Amino acid sequence: MINYDNIMIKRVTDVPPSGIRKFFDIVNEMGDAISLGVGEPDFDTPWHIREEGIYSLEQGKTFYSANAGVLELRQEICAYMKRRFNLEYDAKTQSLVTVGGSEGIDLAMRLLAGPGDEVLVPEPSFVSYKPCAIYAGATPVPLVTKAENNFRLTAKELRAAITPKTKVLVLPYPNNPTGAIMEKEDLEAIAEVLRETNIMVISDEIYAELTYGKKHVSIASIEGMYERTVVLSGFSKAYAMTGWRLGYALGPAPIIKQMIKIHQFAIMCAPSTSQFAAIEAMKNGDHDVAMMCESYNQRRRFMVDRFRKMGLECFEPEGAFYVFPCIKATGMGSEAFCETLLKEEKVAVVPGTAFGECGEGFIRCSYAYSIDALKEALERIENFVQRHLK
Amino acid sequence: MKNEILRLLENNSRLSAEEIAVMIGQETDVVKAMIKEMEREQVICGYNTLINWDHTDCNEVVTALIEVRVTPQRGEGFDRVAERLYQFNEVKSVYLMSGGFDFTVIIEGKTMKEVALFVGQKLAPLESVLSTATHFVLKKYKDYGVIFEEEKKDERMIVSP
Repeated sequence: MINYDNIMIKRVTDVPPSGIRKFFDIVNEMGDAISLGVGEPDFDTPWHIREEGIYSLEQGKTFYSANAGVLELRQEICAYMKRRFNLEYDAKTQSLVTVGGSEGIDLAMRLLAGPGDEVLVPEPSFVSYKPCAIYAGATPVPLVTKAENNFRLTAKELRAAITPKTKVLVLPYPNNPTGAIMEKEDLEAIAEVLRETNIMVISDEIYAELTYGKKHVSIASIEGMYERTVVLSGFSKAYAMTGWRLGYALGPAPIIKQMIKIHQFAIMCAPSTSQFAAIEAMKNGDHDVAMMCESYNQRRRFMVDRFRKMGLECFEPEGAFYVFPCIKATGMGSEAFCETLLKEEKVAVVPGTAFGECGEGFIRCSYAYSIDALKEALERIENFVQRHLK
Repeated sequence: MKNEILRLLENNSRLSAEEIAVMIGQETDVVKAMIKEMEREQVICGYNTLINWDHTDCNEVVTALIEVRVTPQRGEGFDRVAERLYQFNEVKSVYLMSGGFDFTVIIEGKTMKEVALFVGQKLAPLESVLSTATHFVLKKYKDYGVIFEEEKKDERMIVSP
């Protein structure tokens, strides 16, 4: 009898399972619950984009692409970054098409952090940063962001966390799950700290298109940061293309070159069909993004209004498609709140603790649902909160 | 802001002014006043309900699209002719067209015979009408941006990061 526990690498097996996964299993058993738990758009991929994917299949374009991605797509991505965020990248040497934004996180982490290195991860945040750092052999160091700072990372907190071992700062804004953004002044303060160091920034900007009222600013556009930043983004959120698994990484040529090498040996290339569809998204998708963004914004206001009216503190999110209300007034912890809500009202929301320990006392509610579905869910949450408010 | 209100109402005319106000970040009174104004200016021309009659037991609605060629009237052009066409209750829509004919007239009746009689006895005999061609609608798949038979299920994973 083989004892697999002795065979598998402990560093890997010791990573705790995703808190989301755990909750998913509970919700799944319920069967008929309504959910505000998804991290993906409710829109279908716009038809003209799907149609380009179909056309590429009709044409038999089902072969591997270049490792770094179809050149035309990389050129379109670079043109888009210039157009939208005033960032200039050379398509041939500074861009890489990845399998979703997630692959970019893994590649950048493997390249930039290793045994003995520390990776700073602002929390609450997306679930993959810490595990990817650990898989790379590095040590993730959580940086707690606070509601009173609008869940932004402050220069003071950053400076206090830096040690001689710090190699990487993850910058996850616009943020999942809080909906926080970082404005130009915030980024300038962060840049001032980093410019004195060789710390590299992995800037996960997957929600860059989904900000409300204030345009997204990339840290790479701040003085002295272009050469210190790998920008990660993708098509999932802005173009409602989650299942196509397509993202991209942009950064200094020597770094992208090495990321391409890892990608080349591990993945070969991103799916070709998705790449051909994405060219259409980049060329003719701006209008779709604007319409979806307007709709998210309406639902965002609706959600915040309802949570505040039912007596819960609710930070006003300025990006992504989540609200992150504080449920401390009910006297319940996040997980207890979510499990009881599920049991009593059959509504699934995600405990804040799934996004880091400091998410305790909060829940994440997605508004990637129709307004009618949101109304129904919030009726139920309101009933629940009225019953349990202390 | 007006356009945003219109886009919301176009998709769901049952949203209340309060709801719209929250969704677009405005005061309720401002939204109410704007809707009133747009109703007065005939920007908002009505609030109808989109019904798929095929799904009721009252399937006695026959829709026909009539191509109409006419002689425009001196000094009045097509508008005067259009007025003669749209006054009939049976006529649901009238569009002036470019191309091979002049008007598209959409007619609803209880039976094919009723529609045919209407065209033969009311439309065709009008002085300025040169000719008509009647096309009956057999099945409606999509109307006003809404797909009729589609059953939309949320197939996303119920919880995801």
